[in-house]
Amino acid sequence: MVEPPGGHHTRGYEPFADDEPGLERSLWWWHYNTSKKGVVLALDDPRFAALVDTADLVLEAHYLDDAPHRARRPELIWVSVTPFGRAEGGLRQATDLTVLAGGPVWSCGYDDHSIPPVRGGGNQGYHTASLFAVASALTAYLARTVHGVGQLVDVNMHACANVTTEAASYDWLVAQRTVQRMTGRHAGVNLSTASIAPAADGRMVHTGVPPRSAREFASLLRWLGELGLRDAYPESFFLDMGVERGGVQMTELRIDAEAMAIFNAGREAMRFLAERLPAYEFFVGAQRCGLAAGIVYSPEEVITDPHFVARGFPVEIYHDEIGRSAVHLGLPFVCQAAPGAITRAPHLGEHDAEILGPLH
Amino acid sequence: MADRLRALAHLRICDFTGQLAGAGATRWLAAFGAQVIRIEDPTNQGRWDILRGGEPYKDDRRGIEFGGGFQNHNVEKLGITLNLRTERGKDLLRELVRVSDVVTENYAAGVLDRWGFGFEQLKALRDDIIYVSNCGFGQRGPYREFRTWGPIVQACCGLTFASGLPDMESAGWGFSYMDHHGGNFMAVAILAALVHRQRTGEGQWVDMSCTEAGASMLGPVVLDYTVNGRPLRRAGMPSSNRSQFPRMAPHGIYPCAGDDEWLAIAVRDERDWSAVRDTMQLPDRDRFGDEDVLDAEIASWTCSRDKFVVADVLQSRRVPAAAVLKPHERIDDDENTAAWGLWPTVSHREMGEVRVDGVPVHFSETDWRIENGAPCLGQHNDAVFGGLLGLSSDEIDTLRAEGVI
Repeated sequence: MVEPPGGHHTRGYEPFADDEPGLERSLWWWHYNTSKKGVVLALDDPRFAALVDTADLVLEAHYLDDAPHRARRPELIWVSVTPFGRAEGGLRQATDLTVLAGGPVWSCGYDDHSIPPVRGGGNQGYHTASLFAVASALTAYLARTVHGVGQLVDVNMHACANVTTEAASYDWLVAQRTVQRMTGRHAGVNLSTASIAPAADGRMVHTGVPPRSAREFASLLRWLGELGLRDAYPESFFLDMGVERGGVQMTELRIDAEAMAIFNAGREAMRFLAERLPAYEFFVGAQRCGLAAGIVYSPEEVITDPHFVARGFPVEIYHDEIGRSAVHLGLPFVCQAAPGAITRAPHLGEHDAEILGPLH
Repeated sequence: MADRLRALAHLRICDFTGQLAGAGATRWLAAFGAQVIRIEDPTNQGRWDILRGGEPYKDDRRGIEFGGGFQNHNVEKLGITLNLRTERGKDLLRELVRVSDVVTENYAAGVLDRWGFGFEQLKALRDDIIYVSNCGFGQRGPYREFRTWGPIVQACCGLTFASGLPDMESAGWGFSYMDHHGGNFMAVAILAALVHRQRTGEGQWVDMSCTEAGASMLGPVVLDYTVNGRPLRRAGMPSSNRSQFPRMAPHGIYPCAGDDEWLAIAVRDERDWSAVRDTMQLPDRDRFGDEDVLDAEIASWTCSRDKFVVADVLQSRRVPAAAVLKPHERIDDDENTAAWGLWPTVSHREMGEVRVDGVPVHFSETDWRIENGAPCLGQHNDAVFGGLLGLSSDEIDTLRAEGVI
């Protein structure tokens, strides 16, 4: 991580550890820079070019001129991430919000369209561009191993947001149809039924894709029975029919009233159960029956869930900045190449001697 | 000359992925030239992938060859059929694995293992094979058997909860955001494993959890809890149209003239704020302390104005502002996406010419190429079983007759 004198601007981003601002206390910095080394180096310092000459890859978001560096080292891979691609040259200002407005925001929000559409939380416009940048860097690296070429990779954040909208794009591309946003579920051309519902403890659950196969209807009936609720659910009859007719196909629903009644009974049964069970019990109970349903966790609840703990996803890292450890989110992969051991983000100039020392 | 190079043309992928969470990963590889051989079950006409025959349809033509989403997610791939309930089908898969670099799938946990193609069996067929599995909760852990779709992943990882307005239920995501990024994380896993193999000669199994991938995109919020004890589940939160990290205000989506027309404005600093105040003739207020009042004042100014005009006015003063674009506005009317070539037209054997998502990056030397539509069911059986595995046309006919392909 090459920082300017005084530190990268994101060191000033909130939140700060213990709410005390400081160059080494930004939790944003802590999260996005784990496992990196860090140096302080002005771009006009001659050692910057020397550092580039030791690198496989340069990743930047400042419209830096790659040409002199790539002229010196044709095998260099230069990945540039900008709001609208390098050709537009920074004419328009952009943030995460405005980038997402150009793509997915249209699809997100509430049934009531007098309420503004909603930006998904967590600066996902930046994440989206980052993922494409990482995939690009690795792809270019593999290309270099075969063809021996370095290259410039131009990552356009606006374009990234545009191809991260699922059906909103291809409904228009294929059928010139415009999807409409709906509360907590897929935007669509036709109004659908709510899939997020309150559980008995007031927490929210996702009732999932309604049962369709005979096996799923049978599981649902069995679960109702185990809970002593089979007779209490007024549409159990239709669930039995779902078993007997071997399930229902989505393509049947518009043309077969019986199939639609069975499908609706399955969906309502999930809501019926959600209303009678605590959220976690509903989630686990449904899944144990082979029914895909979920619980609406807040982000901090994920790190205490027994599954993620068992996989080692929450990772404890000691922070000398605060004299104690903090639990970070780990890597979503279990494999040899990514053993899951992430290390804390670098302090300002922490690796200057190691990295810059040998440069001339 | 250089632009004819294909970045990944040296790679072959034995691909069991489907939907978008898996197919999106191998779509990337195929766009950069990898030979992706998509394997489908002939006994159910590939319907495991629910998008195969699903909406939208071009010209309202329906059927397993006409699913608009499937077509979008599987461009540039080859498609074969293989009945893995038969021993001959398994034999053919073994032959295919021996000549492949990577095996990919996003089934529920353990499916490939039950077929006799778990990692150890794959490794026995090819020592440096890379196997990347992507399932909702990963292949290990108490929830390994749990089944997911994108919206369930989003609910369980915190993304749904994090998206909404104060004192309202979760707005969540209006699409399977984690199908997109499940695919993107999976592509990164495949590529990273290929780099590792290139450096060490080792293959490996990468067990990816889509839910963990989603959670990993909420890091600062989680650290705010683990370090500061401040949960996102608290009064007044989430408020995802505002910006807590980095702190910006005013910051929101405001109504404009017309039906369901909106404008996003992000005030980063005092310079932006001065320009907005001057443009809208707003009183000088504490932009952080009076955000509710300011949002109302901004909305009353924007609501009678055209979203594109206001965006241009604010951008001329170097303030980040952008119209919330409807699909046709960003696909048919947007100069940037057009100049990028973001919506290429492909040729599909049954659907004809169809526009699809392009790739939001350009490489100067080994750029992507998307020209061919998704494969029809078994479209490349002759090319793969004949051309690649060396079977005669008579043998292939026999496989068809016996229901193996």
